[in-house]
Amino acid sequence: MSLERFINQAVSSWMSEDGPDSDIVLSSRIRLARNLSDIKFPTIATKDSAEAVIQAIRERVIAGPSTQFGPLELLKVDEIQPLQKRVLVEKHLISPHLAENSLNGAFLLSENEEISIMINEEDHIRIQCLFPGLQLSEALKVANDVDDWLEEKMNYAYDEQYGYLTSCPTNVGTGLRASVMMHLPGLVLTRQMNRILPAINQLGLVVRGIYGEGSEALGNIFQVSNQTTLGKSEEDIVDDLKGVVAQIISQERSAREALAKTSNIQLEDRVFRSFGVLQNSRIIESKEAASCLSDVRLGIDMGYIKNISRNILNELMILTQPGFLQQYAGGPLRPDDRDIRRAALIRERIQMESNE
Amino acid sequence: MICQECNERPATLHFTNFSNGEKTELHLCERCAQEQGEMFLMNQGAGFSINHFLQGLLNMDSPFQAKTKDPFQQQEEVLQCENCSMTFPQFLKVGRFGCSHCYDTFREYLIPVTRRLHSGNTTHHGKIPKRVGGTIQLQRNIATLKHTLSDLIAKEEFEKAVDVRDEIRALEKQLAEERRGGE
Ligand SMILES: [Zn+2]
Ligand SMILES: [Zn+2]
Repeated sequence: MSLERFINQAVSSWMSEDGPDSDIVLSSRIRLARNLSDIKFPTIATKDSAEAVIQAIRERVIAGPSTQFGPLELLKVDEIQPLQKRVLVEKHLISPHLAENSLNGAFLLSENEEISIMINEEDHIRIQCLFPGLQLSEALKVANDVDDWLEEKMNYAYDEQYGYLTSCPTNVGTGLRASVMMHLPGLVLTRQMNRILPAINQLGLVVRGIYGEGSEALGNIFQVSNQTTLGKSEEDIVDDLKGVVAQIISQERSAREALAKTSNIQLEDRVFRSFGVLQNSRIIESKEAASCLSDVRLGIDMGYIKNISRNILNELMILTQPGFLQQYAGGPLRPDDRDIRRAALIRERIQMESNE
Repeated sequence: MICQECNERPATLHFTNFSNGEKTELHLCERCAQEQGEMFLMNQGAGFSINHFLQGLLNMDSPFQAKTKDPFQQQEEVLQCENCSMTFPQFLKVGRFGCSHCYDTFREYLIPVTRRLHSGNTTHHGKIPKRVGGTIQLQRNIATLKHTLSDLIAKEEFEKAVDVRDEIRALEKQLAEERRGGE
């Protein structure tokens, strides 16, 4: 398969489309956790109880396909190939937990991959909406519509005091996790993250790297999300998050301006060195690739590099992960071979841009 | 053992983190854990799991111990969910409920848990499902209108107040009807 066709098939709308503030906010995600009353939660589910959840979803889909979101396809985790599972995880459409550890795990996916509904994950139902750029309220609206559509035909576990009842007490109430993925190279380069992180935590939000392990954030990509789910309305949770995100955006913009003023040539050098690495390397590990991609994306945003679309970061961060590389290669690859494939895929992808 | 964070107070909460096959331990006092604990809880990638946190809750002067009905020590009185058979000690161990009925069964012990997990909050103020929510939305609307009404009266805007009062009456009538219909 040609790389172009592969990318067209592999890329979801949030990766390829621009949204508000998408020079800094890569994507916005809303997740709602829901459970059915009377059926055991997935933590202690049996094959039968988990099957009952899938059956309820299937009946809902048959009773009335949602015209407002387009067709939703029901897929069972056990029935798809391991490599495909991995690719879905890398695209953030399903969780690693659903892919690897769920009993009778399944999911519904919309055609543009904006909506995914995980079944028998930690909760019976997890509705996820993923939008490009900063569009939390828009994503919340769609998630609420999906939620209402499901609720028409099934009995949610709901309590007057505790709201939507979830398997883990950390999600009870709204069951809402709102998060944004942000590219913050300016704050990292100017060493301000360590100052900002505790401040964000104090506001009741959580920041973590999405790629990479522990505290390191590969590609300078961070996820900011709400911590508590009980006590505030969904709209307030989203508004509070938006307020903090707006502040982070303005700090990142000033950091970039300061960098351009004080170390313009150093920054330009860094950007073009990284660009050179991506254009020329024959072997590249994911860590180095992520760091170079972040530099190049910053170079595009700041106008050093022209004629290359900024989506290259979103796309290549996803497409150079092991699952995608192996899918593109058409079979399993050893880690050494992945690094070679990764380098080749990045070179070709950049080539594609210059051909256009 | 002394708290690793403040190096002052005794450590009563003990977190264990497994990542990349390596085990790290964290020993905190109640105060420091409260400040940091929620961060660990949500940061699931870091591996500090909620059950350690919940178990930690038991090591200190908590409402659990103050209860005359101690859910742990008196074997015959252990709380157990009728629907899924989960016991309260089991819930604390795994950090997950077995089913939605567990919330009812363990209700009186959950307030300190939710308060700690949700920055002091113990009551939902968000969305109400259309069908299952039943009359909750109606009750909430009436409460909001009553609030508006007293504001209007305080501001001496009586004409508007009359309208609001009528609206409240209509909703209360609707509520009474729905309740009767539901039984
Ligand atoms: Zn301490
Ligand atoms: Zn139960």
